[in-house]
Amino acid sequence: MGRVYVSLRDRPAGDAGDTPGPGAVRRRVASTVVLLGLVSMFTDVSSEMVAAVLPLYLTAELGLGYVAYGFLDGAYQGVSALVRMLGGYASDRTGAAKWIAVLGYGVSAVSRLAMLPAHAFLAITAVVTADRLGKGLRTAPRDAMIAAASRREDLGRAFGVHRALDTVGAALGPLVAFGLLAAVPGGYDSVFVVSFAVAAIGVALLVLFVPARRALPAARLRARGILRELTGRRLRRPVVACALLGAVTVGDGFLYLSLQQRTDLDATFFPLLYVGTNTVYLLLAVPLGHLADRLGRARVLVGGHVALLAAYLVAGGPVPGVAAVVATLVLLGGFYAATDGVLPALVSPLVADEARASGIAAAQTAVVVARFASSVAFGALWAVSGPGTGLVVFAALLGVVLPAAAWLLRSAEAGR
Amino acid sequence: MTADPARSRRVRAFVFLAVMLLAVGGSVAYVARAYGDRVRASSGPDRADTAADLAAVTARPHVVFRSTAPGPAEGHVAAVPVDAAGGPRAVTPAVCDRVYATRAHAVCLAAEATLNARTYRVRVLDPGWTSGHDLFRTPGLSSRTRLSPSGALVATTAFVYGDSYNSPGKFSTRTTITPVGDTRAGTDLENYTLTIDGRVTRNPDRNFWGVTFADDETFYATAATGRHTYLVRGSVRARTLTALRRDVECPSLSPDGTRIAFKKHGTLADGEWRLAVYDLRTTRETLTAETRSVDDQAEWLDDTHLLYGLRTGPVKSGTTDIWTVDASGGGTPRIFIPQGWSPSVIR
Repeated sequence: MGRVYVSLRDRPAGDAGDTPGPGAVRRRVASTVVLLGLVSMFTDVSSEMVAAVLPLYLTAELGLGYVAYGFLDGAYQGVSALVRMLGGYASDRTGAAKWIAVLGYGVSAVSRLAMLPAHAFLAITAVVTADRLGKGLRTAPRDAMIAAASRREDLGRAFGVHRALDTVGAALGPLVAFGLLAAVPGGYDSVFVVSFAVAAIGVALLVLFVPARRALPAARLRARGILRELTGRRLRRPVVACALLGAVTVGDGFLYLSLQQRTDLDATFFPLLYVGTNTVYLLLAVPLGHLADRLGRARVLVGGHVALLAAYLVAGGPVPGVAAVVATLVLLGGFYAATDGVLPALVSPLVADEARASGIAAAQTAVVVARFASSVAFGALWAVSGPGTGLVVFAALLGVVLPAAAWLLRSAEAGR
Repeated sequence: MTADPARSRRVRAFVFLAVMLLAVGGSVAYVARAYGDRVRASSGPDRADTAADLAAVTARPHVVFRSTAPGPAEGHVAAVPVDAAGGPRAVTPAVCDRVYATRAHAVCLAAEATLNARTYRVRVLDPGWTSGHDLFRTPGLSSRTRLSPSGALVATTAFVYGDSYNSPGKFSTRTTITPVGDTRAGTDLENYTLTIDGRVTRNPDRNFWGVTFADDETFYATAATGRHTYLVRGSVRARTLTALRRDVECPSLSPDGTRIAFKKHGTLADGEWRLAVYDLRTTRETLTAETRSVDDQAEWLDDTHLLYGLRTGPVKSGTTDIWTVDASGGGTPRIFIPQGWSPSVIR
C-alpha cells in the first residue's frame, strides 16, 4: 500500500538557485531537485517494499506474535523525530548537507541487507530502528539542498516535483514486493536483496551526481547562531501555526477506518484507499506547488486545510457512500499536495541560509509532534463518541484554529 | 579538486553504470536462484510418505492438518489416522494456510496476493475436499480459525495492520463469528459487550482473537485491553463477553468441556509464551512440560493430550512439526506428526 505518513514527509528551506532561464514563466526545475527526487523515489521503493511485507514476514514467517509486531511498529514510527533535529543541526554545523544525507540514505540501504541474517525479535528491532534513524537524519539536509538549488520564487514547484517523485516510489514499492512474493512464495530474502539493490542505486545517484555545495567555514554558524535563527521571530510564527494545525489534523488511517465502518465498505478495499489518496497527491503535487508560487504559499497551505476540513465532514457526515469515499480520497490527496511540499517552500525563505536545515527540521518536528498528540486525542474521542461525532468535533476545532493559523502564516510570508 | 570536468563526468557515469549493472544483475541472479530452488523443491519427490488412502484414513478417527513437507504436496491439507499419526499421510487436493475440520466440513484460510496487499479467502470445504463455497475475504493476516462442534459456526481471526497505521505501537485484530451459510463476515467481537471485573468496558484498544467453541451458543476467546489479556466466555445470542481470568491467549476447550489449553505470556520476553492448561472447575492453572515458546492455538488430541505446531531449526531450512504433550503437566513433549501445521482432530 502506498503510504502517506502522518508525519510530514520531509521539510526544507532556502532561496536563490542555479535554475537557468530567468524570465520564462515556467522555468525548468533544477536538475539537483530532480536528482534528489529520483534518489527519494528509489529509496521509497526500497523502504516501502520492506514496510509492506514486514508484518507478514514477522508473523507468518518468523512466527512472532501480534503483540510483538505492535511493539515493533511503535519503534518503527517513533524513532526519527529527535534524529531529525540532529540531522538538520549537523548539516548546518558542518556545512556538508550532502554527506549527512548520504549517511542517512546509506544507513537505511545497509539496513535492508541486515534483515537477511536478523531472525530474532531484538535483531529485527535494531535493524528497523537503524532504518528510521537514517530517514530522520537525511530529511532536513536533503530538503535544505532542494531549497538551496531552487529559485526562491519556484520553491513550491521544486518541492512539488520532489514530493511527486517520492510518492511514485511509495506507490511502486508494495507492488514490487508483492510481485516478488507471488513469483517466489515465501521469498522474503529476495524482497530484502532487491530492496537493497534499489536503495543502492538511489545512494549512487546521490553520491555521484548531486553536487556538494560545501559552505566555507567562515559562512557557517556556531551553535549559538543556529539557535538564534531557530528562535527568531520570523520562524516562530509559521512554526506556531504548524503546531496549531498539526494538533487538529486527524491521521488518514482514522478517516479510512471511519469511511469503512460507516459505509460498510468491503474490508479488502482498505489498502486501495491509500493508493487512491497517493494517486491524487501525486497528480496534484506539482500543479499546487506551482500555484503556491504564484498565489502565495500561505494561501495554498490554508486552502489545503480547508480541503482537510471538508474531508472530515464528508467522512463523518450523514450520507456516507461510494461518492463520499471518492470525495474523501480526493480531498485528502489535495490536502497533502497543498501542504506537504508547500510548507517547506513557505518556511525556507524565512531562515538564514546557514541555518536552513535546522530551521526545516524545527518546523517538521513541530508538525510531527503536534500530529502525534492529535492522533492520541482523536483516538480517545473516537472511543467515547464514535467516528462520526469525533470527525465533526475535529472539523469544528480546525475551523476555529484555521483563521489564526492563516493570519500567522500570511504575516510570516509577507515578512511583517 | 581541479580535475578536468568532462573527464570527471565520464568517470562518474561509468561508476554509476557499474553500480546499476551490479544492482540489477545481482537482483536478477538472486531472485532467479530462489525461484529455481523453489521450483526444484516443489517438483521433486515428496519429502514425506504420502501413500495413505484418503477414504480409509477419514473413515477412522483422524487428524486433519496442513502438510509442510517439501514437495508437490506442500501446503495441501492432509490426514493421518490418530493411531498411526507418524506414518504415511493421505493428501487432499485442498491448499490452505490454516485449516480446521469437523465431521460436517472443514474451513480453509487461503492467502490471496492482490496487487499491493495480502488478503485471505475463507472457504468452507465439503467432506470430499474438492467442492465448497467461499464465505468471505478478510484483509491482513488470517491466523486462527475454528468451527463449532456442529459445524454451524465459523470463527476467524485476522490481524489487520492497516487499522493501526497511524497509531504507533498499536495493532488490531478482527475476529468474527459467521454462520456457515453466510457469504459476509459475521459480527465482529468488537461489537459484543465486554465485561471485565463486573464493569462494561468500551476501551478503543479492545482486541479479540482465538475463538474456541463449546457449542453453537457458548464460546471462549482472548480479549486484550490495556496491557492485559483475558480469557473471556462469550454468548453468541446475547452478544456478551465476560472476562474470567488474566493472561490467557488462544484458548482451546477440551472435548469434555472442563479445561482450557492456552498460551501464557507471564513475565517472558515479548513474543514468547508457555503452553498451559486452566481448569474451569477448580480454577487451577498447570504449565505443561513443553518449555519452548508456543505461538499456536492448541488442539486437544483427547481429554489428556494436547497438539500444537512448533517451528524448529533456522527459519529458512527449519521445519514446522505438530507436537504433543500431556495436558496434566507431566510427561515429555514429542513429535506427533512431522512436517505438519494447524491440526484438528476428528474423533
